[in-house]
Amino acid sequence: MEISRRHFLKIGGICVLGLVAQPLVKAFAQSDVSKASRDPKALTGKKWGLVFDATKCKYSEGCRECILSCHRTHNVPAIDDKKEEIKWIWAEPYENAFPGQGHEYIAAEIKEKPFIVLCNHCTDPPCVRVCPTKATFKREDGIVMMDYHRCIGCRFCMAACPYGARSFNFKDPRPFIKEENKEYPTREKGVVEKCNFCVERLDAGLMPACVEACPHKALFFGDLEEPGSDVSKILRSHYTIQRKPELGTRPNVYYIIV
Amino acid sequence: MIRMRDKPYIILGLVIFLGLLAFPFWYNVGKASAAPEPSLDTPAIRQLSQKQCVEARSYMRKSHMQLLNDWRNWVVRDGDRIYVAENGKKYEISLQNSCLQCHSNKAQFCDQCHNYVGVAPDCWTCHIEPEENK
Amino acid sequence: MLNKALSGSKGYWSWVVFLLILIGLGFACYLWQLNKGLTITGMSRDVSWGLYIGQFTFLVGVAASAVMVVLPYYLHNVKVFGKITVLGEFLAVSAIIMCMLFIFVDLGKPMRILNMILYPTPNSIMFWDMVVLSGYLLLNIVIGWKVLECEHQSVTPPHWTKILTYISIPWAVSIHTVTAFLYAGLPGRHYWLTAIMAARFLASAFASGPALLILLSYIVRRFSKFDPGKEAIQKLAAIVTYAMIVSVFFVGLEFFTAFYSRAPEHGMYTLQYLFAGLDGYSKLVPLMWLFAVLAVVALILLINPKTRSNDSGLKIACVATFVSLWIEKGLGLVVGGFIPNPFERVTEYAPTVPEVLITLGVWAVGFLLLTILYKIAVSVKEETA
Repeated sequence: MEISRRHFLKIGGICVLGLVAQPLVKAFAQSDVSKASRDPKALTGKKWGLVFDATKCKYSEGCRECILSCHRTHNVPAIDDKKEEIKWIWAEPYENAFPGQGHEYIAAEIKEKPFIVLCNHCTDPPCVRVCPTKATFKREDGIVMMDYHRCIGCRFCMAACPYGARSFNFKDPRPFIKEENKEYPTREKGVVEKCNFCVERLDAGLMPACVEACPHKALFFGDLEEPGSDVSKILRSHYTIQRKPELGTRPNVYYIIV
Repeated sequence: MIRMRDKPYIILGLVIFLGLLAFPFWYNVGKASAAPEPSLDTPAIRQLSQKQCVEARSYMRKSHMQLLNDWRNWVVRDGDRIYVAENGKKYEISLQNSCLQCHSNKAQFCDQCHNYVGVAPDCWTCHIEPEENK
Repeated sequence: MLNKALSGSKGYWSWVVFLLILIGLGFACYLWQLNKGLTITGMSRDVSWGLYIGQFTFLVGVAASAVMVVLPYYLHNVKVFGKITVLGEFLAVSAIIMCMLFIFVDLGKPMRILNMILYPTPNSIMFWDMVVLSGYLLLNIVIGWKVLECEHQSVTPPHWTKILTYISIPWAVSIHTVTAFLYAGLPGRHYWLTAIMAARFLASAFASGPALLILLSYIVRRFSKFDPGKEAIQKLAAIVTYAMIVSVFFVGLEFFTAFYSRAPEHGMYTLQYLFAGLDGYSKLVPLMWLFAVLAVVALILLINPKTRSNDSGLKIACVATFVSLWIEKGLGLVVGGFIPNPFERVTEYAPTVPEVLITLGVWAVGFLLLTILYKIAVSVKEETA
């Protein structure tokens, strides 16, 4: 049988197309019966939120419990170099946490007062919008979650986050973790990471590590859509503010200033 | 244009190319490595009355990678952390906290086969290996 | 036709070897980066994109070289561009390849790059950038190669090349627009959050791409028997002139809005940092003033018809245009967007030696490809002339 070059290329092309199509067909044909279920102990909510009460926080007196507990729980490395620092939860003075919301005559103790900052788990998160692989995504309960298996390390999310909540693993973090929590993974070099609102603890029926660790009851966590929850009650009874509300991201971390 | 006097060079080039292509074969000739025998001898497994993994041995052998892939997606993306096995038993979905609790001998259990078939899953850059019990 | 790239003068081969050495150096540094992570670069938690993404952004602009010769030739029947359309297209091909490599070397997990295709995410501008860039690359390589091949065989190019060419014109607009959207849609980055970003990208692209094409035309004329023609070069020079005027005008618009409104959310602090220094940090100030001076020099030489029509005057003008826009777009724009950081603090950025070597390596890959493509094109042109 004679096969012309053109004919051969045609057949070859169809074969290649078939090879490409095969995994696609397989992916769609696969039965989607998940054999997994939620832990019955899991805490469920429609929109998790956190309130920080600056009047109760004793950070300026040296308390670091929330930060230590979070970073220990999640194997967050302690990197001294500010440029490559990794942090999920930390403190910023009022004027840095709320730029543009102060003025030149503001009382010095407010201006310099430390405020606990972390990922805001925005209702409309820019980081989720820009991620090219859905490695950052929003769960149904409002948590902005990261899939470290999928992150390609493009750092678009870091450019998009207006709160500086994201850290990048410029190098292998393992040598900088003092004591490993064997029940939680670490991250590896080349991926971005951030606070996950303690997804793994909520799914097991526990409150976030920072909230549980705070000895002064300055942190409150709960479902913002549930009128009876702690956070809803506080938001109704106190004057609270958010970080950079003008950007339209609708952050879910709230602050009591005075 | 192919000229006749280039013939030796072309043949030489082809021979070198084929030689390089077949590198893994001739490099390993006579160096047959022993088939791996994953060890199930760990303290946790010894204490099990019924020595069975989350699914049947044959299924685990063939499809553990697919299962782990599903596990990962269920937990990370859906938040479903309980695995319901074929026989109805329930397990916590976790590489570190479930799999490796029994298979605490990662070197004998995981690495042996993976090395033998020449695959390098990158689980352990993030998931913490158990401290090997010798 | 490929074999035409395999025979050349001593000068040609030494240039190729020189590029290969740069590529080798860059590749070695890249292996080091792969092993150690991006810690070997000057990037940080606050300035999380640097030289790599800057080059990417600038080179998307250079790829406009193609459309600026193709559009007048096919839509306005500017015959003089007929000889150099392929030069514009091949420059675009090399530029896009460099763009892709710069994205690649910037990734923290490059082995996972296929995740962008495995999990396509239409709400991410980066997904669309991948689509438009690879499309533009394909269009230009197919059109450029086929038309050249027909010229080589002295036949008229098939009709489909013309259809693809018409498609490539709006497509070229899309690559600058989508690349600008990477920046212009981020709520917290005041310096980038401006609706004229895409317009700025188009204007600077239409200046920097043709400016490089003019310089390359002079090089081709110097080293081969193929002459792109004085008239073609002068037409390109007119394009560069208008585009450079508009580019500088657009930068001026940013200054006006920022400093007259005095509203910090219009990028005033970044402009202060770039041109005067902020909170005692001023690493980029000399470079940004170099941009300003070069831009003025370019404009004077371009607007004045005497200097523009003079070969050496035009050469200086094109170098000034190219370098000034490289500083503005390839460095100031990307780095400036991160300063000050979300806490209104300044973290400065300077590339490290390995980072610069990797950057040079990628440029060398682009220039090697450009050299080979131009060698083929010019050899064909020499034969058929």
